[in-house]
Amino acid sequence: MKIHFYKCSDSGNIIGMIELKEIDKLVELSRVEMTTEEKKEIQKDLESILGYISEIQEVVTDSVGSPEERMGVLRNVMREDNNENEEGLYTDKMIKSAPKSEKGYIKVKKIL
Amino acid sequence: MDIQNLTIKTAHQHLKNKDFSAVELTEAFFQNAEKKNKEINAYVEIFGDYKKQAELADKVIADGKISPLTGIPLAIKDNMLIEGKVATAGSKILDGYVATYDATVIKKLKATNVVFLGRANMDEFAMGSSTETSCYGPTKNPHDILRVPGGSSGGSAATVAMDGAIAALGSDTGGSIRQPGSFCGVVGLKPTYGAVSRYGVMAMASSLDQIGPITKTVEDAELLFEAIQGHDSMDSTSATEEIKKTYTRESKQKYTIGVPTDFVYTPGVDKEVLDNFKISLEKLKDQGHKVKEISLPNLKYSLAAYYVIMPAEASTNLARFDGVRFGLLKESDTLFSDYAKTRGVGFGKEVRRRIMLGTYVLSSGYYDAYYNKAVSVRNIIKSDFKKAFNDVDIIATPTAPTPAFKIGEKTSDPLQMYLEDIFTVPVNLAGIPAISVPSGFVEKKGKKLPFGMQFLASHFQEKILFEIGKDLESQNK
Repeated sequence: MKIHFYKCSDSGNIIGMIELKEIDKLVELSRVEMTTEEKKEIQKDLESILGYISEIQEVVTDSVGSPEERMGVLRNVMREDNNENEEGLYTDKMIKSAPKSEKGYIKVKKIL
Repeated sequence: MDIQNLTIKTAHQHLKNKDFSAVELTEAFFQNAEKKNKEINAYVEIFGDYKKQAELADKVIADGKISPLTGIPLAIKDNMLIEGKVATAGSKILDGYVATYDATVIKKLKATNVVFLGRANMDEFAMGSSTETSCYGPTKNPHDILRVPGGSSGGSAATVAMDGAIAALGSDTGGSIRQPGSFCGVVGLKPTYGAVSRYGVMAMASSLDQIGPITKTVEDAELLFEAIQGHDSMDSTSATEEIKKTYTRESKQKYTIGVPTDFVYTPGVDKEVLDNFKISLEKLKDQGHKVKEISLPNLKYSLAAYYVIMPAEASTNLARFDGVRFGLLKESDTLFSDYAKTRGVGFGKEVRRRIMLGTYVLSSGYYDAYYNKAVSVRNIIKSDFKKAFNDVDIIATPTAPTPAFKIGEKTSDPLQMYLEDIFTVPVNLAGIPAISVPSGFVEKKGKKLPFGMQFLASHFQEKILFEIGKDLESQNK
């Protein structure tokens, strides 16, 4: 497997180095707190993984079929908008799962 | 009671003949599970009410209403919801979470009065190929405790292999039922996407996830699959009978098996695996099946496309774990830092890695180059399969490129771990069904390590998989 991987990472054409700044941005976007040490580790891991997955760039996808064939066809699954549940039927059960609650509401810190 | 040789099928006969009761059956499996679990760590919890469940099954049997699964003790992967029971997906972030409803598969199984013996260990949020990323610690392979059972449904496969349950449910996003099946010497089925409802299973990558059985025999896999499959209005990707009808294929006695030679015989696949694969193909030829070389030129891009689509969907699905609605909360000064802290502490390393990767491939500037491109590649792979199934009925590959590897061997290099799924991910990308059937052993340092052979069929052709699987099984008895 190793052989395969090295071959692929050599051919990766759009991947350069990922800057630590970019990792900071990802940490913010994904809301996952990390130490600087771990960020550096993730930086290294992402570079190696992105090197591998960049091999998809080699695949010629433009010449194949219609856009629908290339991107797949999505279908909507709709249902009637009926409120089948009695109000409050599941409230207690659901609220019980929350770490913090008060009077039937989930409690969070002030937003504004 | 000879629990080692009991299958769903034979246990059912015994229950029907009143050779033993469901309580006796469950008790025997419970005793063995308790004993073996200390070493194997396949169960993260054995349910205290197993006897009560078995008594209920006995009542049903006494009333003459026995069905094929009544009273059968099963292990359930820790990412499926059973009302009133803890479910954590092997993650600290769901510490102490109690399920508020039944998953559809659980509801269906409850209706037949099975016995849920416990919840099985798994890689955290099903992210892994070795069951080493669980917050409950790794599960060990019952065939050699120095080795992994595969993953992510490694706990489920190990419960069956150690005779701690007659069968189990797993979930499969990129091979998580089949690869542990192969490593543990049991049968694992990944049904067609849409065949089994995903309602109540914790989502990892919604366009790839599917629940399926892990069993000792192909016949058992068929029985358990029949019990859990079917349309469900609670899962909008669940297939109706109408949709299934458009995929019918004629039934045959002898099948043509396609082998994608350039895909299978690549560097990195163990020689022992390939030798075993060749022997298995010969056995099937002896039974009158035809083997044909086929070409699936884009299959080699499957793993790369998978490692874009899967983390993209997973990072989205895992956004719901924020310390507000369920599980763990680690407080800080603001709501935003509550989220970040809870997720930083609650998610393990591999989960954090995949969230970051998914966020990267979906971020503006990279979305087209990665996510959209991967979706296109996925559709090309799908159409490659479609063409191939015009010529052949079944496609065969080894299930995994290696037999079970040592605990800790691949944890430091995520890519090496990902490459374990090389033969299994194309199936999930295409949404087709596949089964892993035990195909022999290799001896390593006095331990017999199992191999698995993987069969792929076109959409909703599970029946063909059961037939070919039984043929291989009969040769290996």
